[in-house]
Parts: sequence; structure tokens; C-alpha cells
Amino acid sequence: MIGSLLAWFTDPANWSGDDGIPYRLWQHLWYTAVTMLVAALVAVPLGLWVGHTGRARWLVSLANSVRAVPTLGLLLAASLWLGPKLPGDLAYVVPSIGVLAILAVPPLLAGTYGGIGAVDPSARDAAYGVGMRGRQVLWQVEVPNALPLMMSGVRSAVLQVVATATIAAYLGLGGLGRFIIDGIKLGDYAEAAGGALLVALLAIGLEGLLAFVQRRVVSPGLTGRAVGGSRNDDEREGREDPADATVDLRTPA
Amino acid sequence: MIRFDAVTKEFPDGTVAVDDLSLTAPTGKITVLVGPSGCGKTTSLRMVNRMIEPTRGSIALDGQDTGRMDQAELRRGIGYVIQHAGLFPHRTVIDNVGTVPRLLGWDRKRTRERSRELLERVGLDPHLADRYPAQLSGGQQQRVGVARALAADPPVMLMDEPFSAVDPIVREQLQDEFLRLQDELGKTIVFVTHDIDEAIKLGDQVAVLRVGGTLAQVAEPSYLLAHPADDFVADFVGRDRGYRALQFQDAPRLPLRSEHTVVLGEPPGRTDAAWLLVVDDERRPLGWVEPSRIGDRAVEDADLHRGGTVARAGGSLRGALDAALSSPSRRGVVVDDSGSLVGTVLAHEVLTAIEDTDRPERDEGDPVHGGAVATPQDGG
Amino acid sequence: MDWLSSHWDEVVQLAGDHLYLAGIPLVVGLVLSVPLGWMAKRWSRAYPVVVTTTGLLYTIPSLALFVVMPLILGTQILDPINVIVAMSIYTIALLARTVADGLKAVPDHVEQAATAMGYRGLRRLVGVELPLAVPVISAGLRVAAVSNVSIVSVASIVGVAQLGNLLIDGFNRVIWGELITGIVATVLLALALDALIVLGSRMLTPWQRAAGGHP
Repeated sequence: MIGSLLAWFTDPANWSGDDGIPYRLWQHLWYTAVTMLVAALVAVPLGLWVGHTGRARWLVSLANSVRAVPTLGLLLAASLWLGPKLPGDLAYVVPSIGVLAILAVPPLLAGTYGGIGAVDPSARDAAYGVGMRGRQVLWQVEVPNALPLMMSGVRSAVLQVVATATIAAYLGLGGLGRFIIDGIKLGDYAEAAGGALLVALLAIGLEGLLAFVQRRVVSPGLTGRAVGGSRNDDEREGREDPADATVDLRTPA
Repeated sequence: MIRFDAVTKEFPDGTVAVDDLSLTAPTGKITVLVGPSGCGKTTSLRMVNRMIEPTRGSIALDGQDTGRMDQAELRRGIGYVIQHAGLFPHRTVIDNVGTVPRLLGWDRKRTRERSRELLERVGLDPHLADRYPAQLSGGQQQRVGVARALAADPPVMLMDEPFSAVDPIVREQLQDEFLRLQDELGKTIVFVTHDIDEAIKLGDQVAVLRVGGTLAQVAEPSYLLAHPADDFVADFVGRDRGYRALQFQDAPRLPLRSEHTVVLGEPPGRTDAAWLLVVDDERRPLGWVEPSRIGDRAVEDADLHRGGTVARAGGSLRGALDAALSSPSRRGVVVDDSGSLVGTVLAHEVLTAIEDTDRPERDEGDPVHGGAVATPQDGG
Repeated sequence: MDWLSSHWDEVVQLAGDHLYLAGIPLVVGLVLSVPLGWMAKRWSRAYPVVVTTTGLLYTIPSLALFVVMPLILGTQILDPINVIVAMSIYTIALLARTVADGLKAVPDHVEQAATAMGYRGLRRLVGVELPLAVPVISAGLRVAAVSNVSIVSVASIVGVAQLGNLLIDGFNRVIWGELITGIVATVLLALALDALIVLGSRMLTPWQRAAGGHP
């Protein structure tokens, strides 16, 4: 098995053209990016609004309950419903992206809302007290402090999308999942396994990248990484590193 | 000057937090709002900078109705210090301090200079400037909070239990430094605390509030201790009132007796005294020793009995009395401003002085009961 | 639903398979997570290692893991064992940290009192720490259960039979009744497992009921 797998990876034919590895990788990343953009446009303002004003919290619970619905089911149902109504490729691209975006919203929403909620209330009070207006409080104080959880939400969402996009290949969507689906259909295990390994590597790679971005973007004052200082009057307890807050917000896929 | 004019705060569920409060906080003085939980002290404070809006009545800052001003601009002109400091965790200490200047549009350079200056003023090590709040102790965070409030040099400061969240030793340090700072700066301050001793120590004027938000009494601390207006105030002010009131009364010239001393490191010499005072080469008292235990050898550090407190000549009666009571020889040690021994005093001599001193007269220091609080001219 | 009534037996059979494929890993995963979580809690250096490794494992999309399993296990691609092992890995990835956090949440003074009374090691773990960690662990287990039930449906793509088959078949043959039944049945199964875990957790923590609390 390993032998044929290696053969698949070293076959130059698999590295060129529309069904080659680079193109499929590009497709997968493209779908992920588009989905994240769409989902963020909905989830982030909504999450900021719910967190900042404290209203409509039920929206967050609703979003979280999506977790129980099987992803495959959503994809297939959406495709069956919308497919006949759309021409050509759109027949599977639109329902796929639509479901991808819907599944990316809950973790983003939960991360944004949770992040704003985790902001120290006295810091918020002080922000108003020193004379910041609502918008200034939001952007200068709440968002920077919400970043750890927001980034955590972004990470969950990205992985969610990568995983679902893989499955969407069943509907015909491009991306690395196609190797898996095509491989299974043709009985070519090497192709399927090759695709699976690539997907796994992509997922791990993105996770690592985002973890790095999170470390860079979140203020050191929040991560507890900045060490030192003279604590000569009272004992302070060690804090857990909020940069690693792994509230797993993904819907399973 | 801050004037509360029949201010009432009623919450939607019907609770009346502040009831018809009329009070003047004089310019350049510290006015303390004190009372039990539920007396509306914090609510009253937060109405000054409109973090809470009054239901009825108005608050005026130097004659201007705060209700008519732009909220954010009002707050930028008022220093605001809260319990737990409320520092922004994502910003460095120096950026925290520079918050209001930046809001007001100062440039970065000027802001940083000013922030550094203030950090020094509140007694913080300059190398803490680039640290984050999470790296600081509670006391340090509180100092940063005060520095932040002072950054734009506001004439008015609101302080809500700023020293309650730290341990007693740190609290005392912060209180002393706060008084020193106020001596230098002369801000108009409204200070909220639940601790009557803190109120008495810090306030130029103390307003005692009742549960339900009514004003029970407002007066100078010494007057409050001597003439509580009713049972509630008397109870709240607490026991030891007489003793605590002594801290406000300067000791008139007390009869001081000279004291035989021995310098640390020398033998006691011949003496019948049960207790001998040990001093250093500048005649500063170090403690008492019992010559009978030492005999002919030199007096050492380990022999010292350090239980007695030391009173300053020209200090308060309380200090003098405590020095006498706490001394193992029953002779209270009195020193001059440089710390050198002046003489000793006995407890009964202090008590005689106390009896001969007049208590604050009724109607002199109590504006609520018809008197006037002496204040410098308001305005400007 | 017409489709359901005429295919009841088939649905029940598939549901049973689904429960098997989702449930066994839950049990296996839980059992294996306990020692892992305990180690992570006991040795502070182990904690970040466990968290990072399990985090990475959970990152791998399910379809990919199902396909790669035969390579690792040396099994046939259609073998359900692939799914069970893969799901167990996911469960452990979710639960190891939860167990560690649950054990950490046991108050120090309780632990010390237990030790002082002579409870040590395994007995203390089983008799004192684990029972007290039940609320946290059961919360994590619920997430794992719902998650597992949902993920398992993907296994139809690799040919392992369970409720996901209704989705695929309903889609391919355009039978809405079948597709909808598949979705609904999966959701119901997830909710049922969730309720079961809540019940079990309550039974294991009678002291919380007595205090009028809830898990």
C-alpha cells in the first residue's frame, strides 16, 4: 500500500493541470477564504453587537445547536433542493458554499460574542469613565481584549470549513477532497489516501499558521507570556494562557 | 466645586438609591462619602460623571450643570479611579496612563513624557512603564490607576473605594501617599469608602449616608467624632470615638522630663531605674532595656524592647497618650522633627492636658446643623 | 412519513449500527482519556504536550482520517474498525483535556483531606477525584457524543453502513423522505445520547441533587 501511495505522490501527472495537486490545493484554499469572508461578514458584526449591547443572546444558543445536525445531511439536502434550480457548476457550488458558510457562522459568532463577554468589566467601566465614546470603547478596549477568544473562534471556523469542503467534494466541489472521492469511486486507494494525507497536512498547517497569527496579534498583556515584575505586596495566582483558549466551537465534520 | 442639588436616583424596579441629596464638595478639598452598603454613596459618585443619570435634581461643576454637558467631554475633565483600578489589560502601563491625553489629542511625545512624570509622582519604578497590568501587584496597579486619572490634570477626581482591594499595609501606604499628593496638587476630590477610619483619616469633610440614600450628617472629621448627629451616625462612627478624636487635637506644651539614656553599644552604667532608654549617637531613641538583665556588659540590639511608640513634640494628643501607654516604663518618648529625643511624658500628664483642652463647639463645624465649614474662596 | 413507515426495519437496523459506531468509541475514548488526563494533570509538563497533540489530532478532518486508517491499521478500507478507531481518536482528543481540567477542578483541600485519611493513588483517583470531576467530564462527554453521532454519518462515503446511508441513498435517488429521515434520525440519536449522559451524570452525583444543584 505504501508503495502505491508513494508512486502516486511522485507521479508528475498528479502535479499539473486542473486535477493536479497544486490546483486542487488552491481551490480548497479559495473556497475556505470565500466562505470565511462571507461568514465573518455575518458573524462578526452580529457577535460584536450581541456582546456589546447584551441583547439577543438567544441567537448564540441557536447557532450552537446547529452542532447536532450532520454536515453530510446538510450538504446533500441543500444540493438536492437548490441544485435543480441553478445552471451548470453553480448547481453544486452555491449549495456547498452556502452550507459551508452556515457552518462557519456558529464558531465565529460564539468566539466573538464570548470574547466581548470575557472583557474585564472594570476595564470597560473605566473606559467609559475616562471619557471614551461607545465606538471608542468597542474598538480600543473591547475588541483587543476579545481577541483571544475571537481568534479561537476563527481557528475553529477555518478547520470546520476545511473539513466540510473536503466532504463537499462528494457533490462535485473541487479541492483536495476530490482525490478522496474520486479515489474511492475508482477504487484507487493510493489516490484516496494521498488526498486524505494532503487534507490532513493542510488542516494541521493552517492550524499552526493561525496559532502563530494569534500569538502575534493578541497583546502580550493578555496572554500572560510577558513575565517578570515585582510582586512584592500580594500573591498573584498563576493564570491560564488565554491565547490557548481552545473552546472547541466546531460543528463536527 | 461640586454641588449636589436635591439629587435623587430611583431605579426602574422602584429602589431609591439616593434620596434628595444636597451637598457641596468644596474646591481643593477631599469630601468623603461614607456609609453602609446600600446607602447610595457609589451611586452618588457615579452621578457626578454621569455614569448613572439622576432621576431628579442636578449636579453642578463650578456652577455648570453637568446634565447639559457632553458626556464624554465631561468625563475627560474628571479623574476617575475605581476599585481594582480597571486598567486596560492589553495596554502597557505607560499607555494606560496616557489614555486621556490621547483622547484629548495630545501628541505621542508629550503624552509619554507626561505619563513618565506621573508614574514617578505616584511612586512607581520607571522601568515598570513598559510592563503590562497583569505583571503588577495590586498596590502597583492601583497607583497606575491614580496616575491615569491625573494624566490630563483634571481639577476634579472621583474615587470609588480605590484602596479597598489591597491588603492593610499597602492600603496605609497608599493613603499616606495620597494625602501627600493632594498636598501638592490640591484637587477637588469626592472619595467613596465604607471604612469610617479611612474617611476620618483622609477627609477634609465627611458625609455620612444612610441606607436609602439620605444624608445623615456632613462635617469635619473631628466634629463628626465629637458630635454625631443621631444614633445611626454615632453607631456608624463606632467605638473609641473619644480616643480617635484625640488625633485631631494638637498637644499643647506638655511637661517633658529629661531622661537618662545609654548609647547602643555601651554598658548601662550605675542606675536604679527599672527601664533605661537606649539611643543612637544622634540621640534618636531605639528602645528600652532592663539594666538588671544587662549588668556591666554593653547594650546590644537583641536586648532592646521595641514596644513603645514615639510621639512628636507638637503632634497630637493621641500620639502623646499612646506613647505613654505603650511604653514599658510608662514614660512616653517624645522626639523633635528630626527624630532626636526631647524628653518623656507620663500618661496622667497627658490626660490632664486633655481635660484642659476645649472640645470643638457645637454649631461650629457642622453645616447640616447650622454651622459653616470654613473653606477657601470657591471659584476659579 | 410514508417513506419511514415502509422502511422502518431498515432505519432501525441502521440506527443500531450508527449507535454502535458512535458509542463504542465513546466508551473506549473515555476509558483511555482517564489515565491520559490524569497524567496531564499530575505532571504539569505533560499538560501542554497532551493538549497540543490532541488538538492537532482533532484538526484532521474525519473523512481524511477514515481513509488513512487502513494505512495505519493494515485493514481493509470497508472495515468498520477503521471508523471505530478513528472515532476513538477524536473522542480521546476531546476528552483528555476535559478529564485533566475536571481533575484539576477538584479543590485542593478535598484532595489533601483524602490523602490524610489514607486514600492514595488509584483508590483516591477512583474513590474521590473522579466522582468529583464528573460534572466537568460529563459536559465534555456530551459534546463528544453529539459530535461523534454527527461525524459518523460521513463514513457512508467510505462504505461503512449506518444512518448516513439514508442521506447518500436519498440524495442519489432523489427521495426526500429518505434524506429527511436520515437527518432527523441522526439528530434524534444525538439528543438521546446527550440525555442519557445527563441522566447518568446525575445518578453518579447524588450530592449535587441533594444540594438542589444541577450538573
